[in-house]
Amino acid sequence: MAKIEINVRVNGVEHRAEVEPRLLLVHFLRESLRLTGTHIGCDTSHCGACTVVIDGRAVKSCTMFAAQVDGREILTVEGLERDGKLHPLQEGFFQEHGLQCGYCTPGMLMTGYAFLNGNTAPTEDEIRHAISGNLCRCTGYVNIVKAYQYAAARLREGGV
Amino acid sequence: MIPRGFEYFAPRALNEAVSLLQQLGPDAKILSGGQSLIPMMKLRLASPPYIVDINRIPDLNYVSEANGSLRIGALVRESDLEISPLVGSGYRLLADTTKVIADPLVRNQATVCGNLAHGDPANDHPATMLALEATIVAISPRGEREISIRDFFTGLFSTALQPDEILKEIRVPTPPPRSGGAYLKMERKVGDYATAGVAVQITLDEAGVCQRAGVGLTNVSFIPLKAAKVEDFLKGKPLDAAAIKQASEIAAAESQPMDDIRGSADYKRDLVRVLTARALKQAIDRAKGGA
Ligand SMILES: Cc1cc2nc3c(=O)[nH]c(=O)nc-3n(C[C@H](O)[C@H](O)[C@H](O)COP(=O)(O)OP(=O)(O)OC[C@H]3O[C@@H](n4cnc5c(N)ncnc54)[C@H](O)[C@@H]3O)c2cc1C
Ligand code: FES
Ligand code: FES
Repeated sequence: MAKIEINVRVNGVEHRAEVEPRLLLVHFLRESLRLTGTHIGCDTSHCGACTVVIDGRAVKSCTMFAAQVDGREILTVEGLERDGKLHPLQEGFFQEHGLQCGYCTPGMLMTGYAFLNGNTAPTEDEIRHAISGNLCRCTGYVNIVKAYQYAAARLREGGV
Repeated sequence: MIPRGFEYFAPRALNEAVSLLQQLGPDAKILSGGQSLIPMMKLRLASPPYIVDINRIPDLNYVSEANGSLRIGALVRESDLEISPLVGSGYRLLADTTKVIADPLVRNQATVCGNLAHGDPANDHPATMLALEATIVAISPRGEREISIRDFFTGLFSTALQPDEILKEIRVPTPPPRSGGAYLKMERKVGDYATAGVAVQITLDEAGVCQRAGVGLTNVSFIPLKAAKVEDFLKGKPLDAAAIKQASEIAAAESQPMDDIRGSADYKRDLVRVLTARALKQAIDRAKGGA
């Protein structure tokens, strides 16, 4: 099959690549760009471990072709840290013990990033709805909710 | 899981997409949200040789009211519908439905039009659009045509759309005063398809007598089901407790569920009964101006 050219900005860096149309975005990120922070959990569109933010919206990168992101802006977990400083969400996961094995964490962070961008004063209920597409088999979610609340508070104070 | 190879086209205009579909023939598949098509391609349940990605076509992402109906363009995502003030205030049945589809990440991609075009009786919008008496607008090399939702679903994963037709817009008639609707779905967990779901839309007159009733059922038949017997029963009746009870029993009898991993046919039939009664009560409350 003929390859197609895509131009995409990932974590602020422009990339130009030739891709097979059937290449999934998650494989493009992990294998072509070697950004392995984005995980593959289920590969069947159910777990959210592969969540990335495209033009401000959190989506499952295992359920999208790389060809679809031509001209678009992607943020992955590697792009959260700025100038050696953790994003308030990352700090929240660290402070509140929001992870155990860490497998779901990149997805949880990216969902949270898009969610808190639109709402820095969420209720617990809103947080639980927001993470309902991201499965965690370790934490029982309680500390993930706390991590989101920690980050929301930091963002309200004017953190990055 | 890696899909079979295919050729990819991303037209930048609607007329370009229409002529591409004509050139490529019936094996070409339209890609919108991709939340049903891509999982099927990964499992190799679908292996289209050509993909026509319509996501780059401008001016297809709108939710607006005109000429007595709500218009939902082909690229409106579930999450767009969820935050639309127009939908939230005037089309509660629609707002209820979009909120219980899949999960927030899927809803950021999945389109409302794709939800119907997929022709899956497990999807939630078909029952809702049947209850709302929606009209489908399709565009092809032969021009535009309107399809009544009653004639839209023709079989399991089949619709009245021809292979070269793009579902361009859904039109939902604006409900008259004293109307109310509700969608109730039983799911095993977030992101699961309905074990059963019930969509109800009613209009009352000043005395509380039912003028119009639309009822659709999710995932209890091979083809999305319009519960016509329930609708006929409700019309012209004051909707008291006895009428609600009887209507819910008719709905249960009208459903055609199968035993599967989500439950036995008997269980699902009883779910239809319970959900119909609850959805009707909520729709009546809303028609009377309540929450
Ligand atoms: C984990 C998960 C859970 C889900 N849970 C639910 C649920 O609970 N309820 C529910 O209703 N749905 C659910 N879905 C399905 C989801 O809502 C799909 O997105 C929807 O069924 C199809 O919409 P789409 O835009 O993604 O279409 P696509 O996947 O792009 O396309 C689906 C089919 O429709 C055709 N098509 C799409 N758009 C058009 C168009 N404009 N004109 C003509 N043909 C078109 C395509 O060619 C294809 O055959 C779930 C999906 C996932 C991945
Ligand atoms: S790997 Fe994408 S949803 Fe699980
Ligand atoms: S921390 Fe292990 S899956 Fe969430």
